[in-house]
Amino acid sequence: MRYLPLTDDDRRDMLAVIGAASVDDLFNDVPAAVRLKRPLDLPKGQGELEIDRAFTAMAAKNLSAGAGPFFLGAGAYRHHVPAAVDALIQRGEFLTSYTPYQPEIAQGTLQALFEFQTQVALITDMDVANASMYDGATAAAEAVMMANRITRRKRAVVSGNLHPHYRQAIETYGRFNGFETVLKPTDAIAELIAAIDASTSCVVVQNPGFFGGVQDYSPLAAHCQSVGALLVIAVTEIVSLGLVKPPGAMGADIVVAEGQSLGNSLEFGGPYLGLFATREKFMRQMPGRLAGQTVDTEGRRGFVLTLSAREQHIRREKATSNICTNSGLCALAFSIHLALLGEIGFQRLAELNHAHAVQLAERLTAIPGVTMLNDSFFNEFTLRLPKPAALVVDELAKRKILAGVPVSRLLPARADFADLLLVAATELTSDADMAALEAGLREVLS
Amino acid sequence: MNDWSRAVSGFTIAGGGGRTVESDETLLFEEDGAGRCGVDLPDAPKVTDRLGGLRREGRIGLPGLSEPQIVRHYTRLSQKNYAIDTGIYPLGSCTMKHNPRLNEKMARLPGFADLHPLQPMATVQGALELMDTLAHWLKTITGLPAVALSPAAGAHGEMCGMMAIKAALEARGEKRVRVLVPESAHGTNPATAAACGYAIDPIPADARGRVDLAALKAKLGDDVAAIMLTNPNTCGLFEDQSPQIAEAVHAAGAYFYLDGANLNALLGRVRPGDLGIDCMHINLHKTFSTPHGGGGPGSGPVAMAASLAPYAPLPWLVHNAQGFRLIEDAKDEAAHALGRIKAFHGQMGMFVRALAFMMSHGGDGMARLSGDAVLNANYLLASLKDVMSPSFAGAAMHEVLFDDRFLGDTGVTTLDFAKALIDEGYHPMTMYFPLVVHGALLVEPTENESKASLDRFIASMRHLAARAANREADFFHGAPHNAPRRRLDEVAAARKPILRWRPETKADAAQ
Repeated sequence: MRYLPLTDDDRRDMLAVIGAASVDDLFNDVPAAVRLKRPLDLPKGQGELEIDRAFTAMAAKNLSAGAGPFFLGAGAYRHHVPAAVDALIQRGEFLTSYTPYQPEIAQGTLQALFEFQTQVALITDMDVANASMYDGATAAAEAVMMANRITRRKRAVVSGNLHPHYRQAIETYGRFNGFETVLKPTDAIAELIAAIDASTSCVVVQNPGFFGGVQDYSPLAAHCQSVGALLVIAVTEIVSLGLVKPPGAMGADIVVAEGQSLGNSLEFGGPYLGLFATREKFMRQMPGRLAGQTVDTEGRRGFVLTLSAREQHIRREKATSNICTNSGLCALAFSIHLALLGEIGFQRLAELNHAHAVQLAERLTAIPGVTMLNDSFFNEFTLRLPKPAALVVDELAKRKILAGVPVSRLLPARADFADLLLVAATELTSDADMAALEAGLREVLS
Repeated sequence: MNDWSRAVSGFTIAGGGGRTVESDETLLFEEDGAGRCGVDLPDAPKVTDRLGGLRREGRIGLPGLSEPQIVRHYTRLSQKNYAIDTGIYPLGSCTMKHNPRLNEKMARLPGFADLHPLQPMATVQGALELMDTLAHWLKTITGLPAVALSPAAGAHGEMCGMMAIKAALEARGEKRVRVLVPESAHGTNPATAAACGYAIDPIPADARGRVDLAALKAKLGDDVAAIMLTNPNTCGLFEDQSPQIAEAVHAAGAYFYLDGANLNALLGRVRPGDLGIDCMHINLHKTFSTPHGGGGPGSGPVAMAASLAPYAPLPWLVHNAQGFRLIEDAKDEAAHALGRIKAFHGQMGMFVRALAFMMSHGGDGMARLSGDAVLNANYLLASLKDVMSPSFAGAAMHEVLFDDRFLGDTGVTTLDFAKALIDEGYHPMTMYFPLVVHGALLVEPTENESKASLDRFIASMRHLAARAANREADFFHGAPHNAPRRRLDEVAAARKPILRWRPETKADAAQ
């Protein structure tokens, strides 16, 4: 077997050193009654060639996003990832290293994380950020638990414009952790404020919202502060921060985000990376790993994992979170992509996304019977169609056009949402793609 | 003796005559040049913006660099890392095995990597087939009838499993408040149980390093929700009383959670389901070789017995004559599902890699894999037991636990020994874990080390043990000498945390 270096001679020699008659004898501590006495009922081992064939055949049964016009978003976005990103994250020294528990020989990972944390703090306009969470949804659930710890309250108010998967993750964590989740089916600030009471630890909103709209949450932040609750702002499309007023400037206490848009491909939903940023005063209540700057015994700058007293491997049941493995390599990809973009590129990329979305919106709302829900948007908006959106999407998929996400896929219980379609455009959306969607929609709706 | 500089000699040469790994690498932010950009993007078409007046104002502060600067920066950073590609990585309970590049190639096929999670299901049948195939392998290997694929990592899997247990108890109308956790458990176990609202009740080990069955039975009661047990445990020992533990736990109406971090030792030899467990997580990034990536991403599917399967989190993957389908709502057959624990369906990129790894070894190859892992660990034990102090007598499983008795009063600590190993060209073993012995050194070689590699490692370990016995404490206290950095001041880092770069202010410059 190509991954096993030991030869039969090696095994024999090693058993002699150990003083055992066979490899099986090394398992003598396993009671005979629970030993498996037959081979597993699974296919035999295969070489590279056979695996490559089998996987290529499975992959060919899918319609990949790049195979035609593509307009899906709803928390996962298709962007161009520069070639250097994948080349660099595939360096074995990054790809095959462990969590940097021995900092003297993990300065590469640690410095990259320190730079990542700085980038996240800058684009969200917050003081500090951690070294990543699993994804945006779990980061949101962790943010609520952090707000509960800080405020010693146990009730989260969740805006109707928070991605349904994020809201559901919060509800699940709440059910088992023991906090209450109150969903307001609206993103109107006055109504969210009305839902806050003395037991409310935080309000969770999303910007741009799940339906695409952008809103200034400064008044909500001010109100939260006056009643001792925290404002958590979620961002599912991180590219928006190149153009849209950032959560920090609105007064957010905690920012959670999905970082997939930078450096990471769609991957059918994972692995992605959760971003988590907050104010300096809440630093010691953060979940997850933190890279920090220090010096070595010769006074040279170096980096270590720090504030570990918050974490499970030190604090056990008193830890701020149970998270251990996070999204290290996805964070590295994010960081390299953002480093390549820099100040100019990040803003330019956001401008391009927005301009394409504006063009697409103009085209699609010119179709008879199609209207737009949004007053404002960044690169994604919601259309009301004269037919159930899921049927329209399925019909267009047969023509190899991936038209968007029917809101009913995520909110099936809302019959009044059946005609809603979420449509996203990015820098990858061409004029020809837009024309194809427009023509396809006209045909399917006629 | 192979020292660090020799082990990384490829790096120093690659540095073009410089001492790349030892030199400082500036931060991205210190290389900033206004006006530079590493990505050429077209001008955006002129449109009237629809931002509702919420345009970002002011400079963000991101540095501007060109592609060659970026590529050199990250390449130089990478050279400061130790990795499984550069040498043995004997971290106990971490299972740092070889990451086959075939798996990377398969995960990047556009038919897997370039799929949106919310595409119509008719357009992703191959992806769902892959997930179903992976689930079948995991069910067969564990001997359990159901598997939840969505957990993002091991600790997330633990949370999923403990949530399922709590949901099952609630369905029985029972509120139980305690979870039993052995003292040797990973920190994630108590942290997870606490996050699920449980009080932690520790169980001591017996003189053999296993769970003290009598103490366990004494702690059981109708307020105990579950036991969380790692098997083989973190002392590298098989918990041979698992069937009796299962019986006692079930008799008390509680559930048996197995931490699957050490599944590598059992592949093809013991199906955990046959031990009477109710659920377990599987670290695809350990046992099935998806790369650790400097800390993630992981993937932690949870295999479940029939007792817990109805409570598995959303989504569920089902198969009928029309093909594969995801159930994304808690209704109909999934009415008892515990809810959603993350966005979308799971770590697909890891599923592809793990399945490619499993299919490469095959069902027939699993026992050879675990056999070699256990053989390598026992070879280390046999070759080091006369100069170090194994914590427990008898054979090890896939990892070997030593404590610091062999260092005695030499003035050398476990930390010093580990740092000296860096100078020998190796990543240290897991230190000070598990907590059940003093100054633990936990060594896991995996099945991927050749005998020659182990022999070199053993020679270095013996060399260091001899220097410690020779009372060369000063040498150890100064280690590492040949790494990119000497020991770092972790106390200062935590006392006054610097978690991000900030531009130097005039006040800083004046100091």
